[in-house]
Amino acid sequence: MRYAGVGVASAGLLATAACKKDHNTPTPPPANGIDLGAKNDFAILNYAYALEQLEAAFYLQVAATPYSGITSAETALLTDIRDHEVLHREFFKAALGAKALQDLTPDFSSIDFSSRAKVLAAAKAFEDTGVTAYDGAGYLIADPNYLLIAGKIVSVEARHAALISNLILPGSFAASDVNDPTTSLNKSATIPEVLKIANMFLKTKVSAVNYGYTAS
Amino acid sequence: MNLLNIIEEIENVDPEVYGRLSQRRDVIKNITSFGSKVAIAALPFAVGTMFKKAYAQSTTAPSVIDVLNYALTLEYLESAFYNAGKAKGTALIPADAATKYFNQVTTDENNHVTFLTAVIKQLGGTPVTSPKFDLTGGGGTGTGPFSNVLTNYDTFLAVAQVFEDTGVRAYKGQAGFLLNNQVVLTAALSIHAVEARHASAIRQIRGQTPWITSTAALGNDTGVALVNGNYDGEQNVMQGGVDVTTLKSATGSTTSVAVATAAFDEALSSDQVLKLLLGTFIVK
Repeated sequence: MRYAGVGVASAGLLATAACKKDHNTPTPPPANGIDLGAKNDFAILNYAYALEQLEAAFYLQVAATPYSGITSAETALLTDIRDHEVLHREFFKAALGAKALQDLTPDFSSIDFSSRAKVLAAAKAFEDTGVTAYDGAGYLIADPNYLLIAGKIVSVEARHAALISNLILPGSFAASDVNDPTTSLNKSATIPEVLKIANMFLKTKVSAVNYGYTAS
Repeated sequence: MNLLNIIEEIENVDPEVYGRLSQRRDVIKNITSFGSKVAIAALPFAVGTMFKKAYAQSTTAPSVIDVLNYALTLEYLESAFYNAGKAKGTALIPADAATKYFNQVTTDENNHVTFLTAVIKQLGGTPVTSPKFDLTGGGGTGTGPFSNVLTNYDTFLAVAQVFEDTGVRAYKGQAGFLLNNQVVLTAALSIHAVEARHASAIRQIRGQTPWITSTAALGNDTGVALVNGNYDGEQNVMQGGVDVTTLKSATGSTTSVAVATAAFDEALSSDQVLKLLLGTFIVK
């Protein structure tokens, strides 16, 4: 089994706690994957780090193999987004230090990088998922400083999401697929909902056993 | 940055500073728990936090209702702004221009007013009523610096952008007061995200990057010097004690200020926001 540093320690702690509590030992994550570890702020920050790793890898690929017919304006915008996502990734890596998850290996075999429609659809999925993930996990963060940092990043992800949506269909920057038409609240998502999607694009499967999700 | 000098200076005006800090040992413990390597790098950030918490004892944090009423006030402003603009019809907004944008944002801001009002009532609070606004920024004179806001499309767009970017900053500044409150924090973050979507879209209409791209000297990238205050702080490159320009980028060993500032949006406190709006757009 391969775990990230933080996963090893927490898996042990978790097993002990679970035995004492209710004899309900959670299923360990799969052999090809890692776990976010004990329920605390580092798990949530690593959750964000995992998503940023995925986004960065995606846009690095988009920039390296631009889709056919890409305009110079689109190149500039997608390059900017790539740079933001790489910086988010590097920031979490630096900030988490020894507690950071390992490098994840993406799997983009389902994405046709030569097709504008396919690339933008995937970009929209990544950005929209990112926003719903940060919005949905904010309340799990205990330290207001970490919450603030998450806030600083999520609005930039929302800016990306709006731009990508507008590239696909002008005027769709806050359409009803992401924005509740009655309350005008952006959708938010749980950790299991998000990781299920993220894992479709990861060779290294990410689990969050303590948040009710084990990758299959 | 010399920490001891700073504490000494504070001691001059507040002799109890050591007592306040030692009562906050848990804060120091929190600092070191964010990865030992980072703890050193994060010192300036951590120290700021320590003082904020030490002094938070004397000032009361706003209640959830306070936060919601503050948000409601900002939504009243945005909603009044877009409703007034839309009411002008094609006299203000050209028929072929950005109709989808204005339809969407007007709906959203009106929905936010309705939603926040309902939530405040549900929580047993009393929603504030709408203050009087001066969309020209003239504090009630109607002849403020944006006097043609409802007759000139470019001015209208510029003010829309400032409201949206500022709204994003304002919501961000309140998140910490809603800590661990699943329902209200999630709702606030969800409105925050929608405001950021608006900001992105309006910036695209104005031909700007959808994200705020600052220089080291100036947060404001709108080209409207009057609103420097609304963007002040966006030039920050220190995140959690890390100077993010020192981190590697896709193409090199460091990151440009443009990327570093665009990749992180900055918050504004309610005091900062009200200082910008009271007596200008909000009539006192």
